Amino acid sequence: MSLVFAGVCSHGPGITARAQRAAPESKRKIDAAYARMREAIHACQPDALIVISAEHFANFFMNNMPSFAVGMADYYDGPIENPEWLRIPPRRVPGEKALSRELLETVMQEVDVAYCEEWKFDHGIMVPLHLLLPDNDVPVIPVNVNCQAPPLAPLQRVYALGQALRKACEASDKRIAMIGTGGISHWPCTPDSGKINEAWDREFLARWTRNDRSSLLDYTDAATYQDGGQGGYEIRTYIAVAAAAAGHQGEIWCYEPVPAFACGCTVGVMDLAT
Amino acid sequence: MSLYYVQKAIYELNRSEEALADWRLDAQAYLADFDLTDEERLALATPDIGLLYVLGVNGQLLMHLAAAAGYEWDAYLNAMREGMRQHGPVREGLYKTVGDGA
Repeated sequence: MSLVFAGVCSHGPGITARAQRAAPESKRKIDAAYARMREAIHACQPDALIVISAEHFANFFMNNMPSFAVGMADYYDGPIENPEWLRIPPRRVPGEKALSRELLETVMQEVDVAYCEEWKFDHGIMVPLHLLLPDNDVPVIPVNVNCQAPPLAPLQRVYALGQALRKACEASDKRIAMIGTGGISHWPCTPDSGKINEAWDREFLARWTRNDRSSLLDYTDAATYQDGGQGGYEIRTYIAVAAAAAGHQGEIWCYEPVPAFACGCTVGVMDLAT
Repeated sequence: MSLYYVQKAIYELNRSEEALADWRLDAQAYLADFDLTDEERLALATPDIGLLYVLGVNGQLLMHLAAAAGYEWDAYLNAMREGMRQHGPVREGLYKTVGDGA
């Protein structure tokens, strides 16, 4: 298979914007986990990195909201947020238009997706890239799953997207790494910001590491909203990665609830070797 | 209520330096093209972050408007809480059933 890496991580803007607010021991664990993932991605020598994210009204709005979108450009600029606020300097992220198109043509055999020849990255992609690709040395193919503005794609359709991406990677002769980025339970940007349902998070991550389709899809949006907040809808990005790595199990390298970051900071990786 | 256009006005501000400059120069002129109630227009022009939250604006849009208006993170969170104290629970949108006023 040409999917050479599959993992997930958090992308909360507080991770960079309010980095000093975490307890030092938590911060050390989080930094170490991202560093480990950075090394693991590079060790796989990927030709491209697919980033499945949940963007936050940077490109997509309710006038024309795609459930799924895939970038098809040679470059992407970010962050769209104020760089001083996010504490991530602006960069032009390399893309690979021809590879995007190749992948899209396979994905579209199974799942209807929008494509984007222009895309401004927000924190949902820039926080992971800042921590995982500091040298900007791997082309990125962004994939968006609408997790912000209901109605949202049902979880089984998100799973199908992940499966289709896996097929597309297998059909390509390129070495492709993939990460999904999002929160588990969180209530970002609201008066409840900082609330974290650790038990719910750990149960979801247990299902993710087992990579058991039926238990991963056994969430309703109403229950997710109740237990995991509106940010909990972003489990979709983790489910897509699980689908892409179907048949393999995962390991959580870090789970640190940090209220100042408004999420349980997570780094997890699927073991594609076994 | 026209929450869609309230959020559209903020979406454009967040994406465009030109729109942000227009809003800072003359907010009412910038807002003239959006289908808004008087309350919504005033909340956006001020900007009244607390009232905008109560009107139902998604925080992923609102936090950037607040930052552009000079709100530090804690001040932003407090503005939403104060808005709920003044104006009551969130009236529409994603947060209608969450938050201190739920």
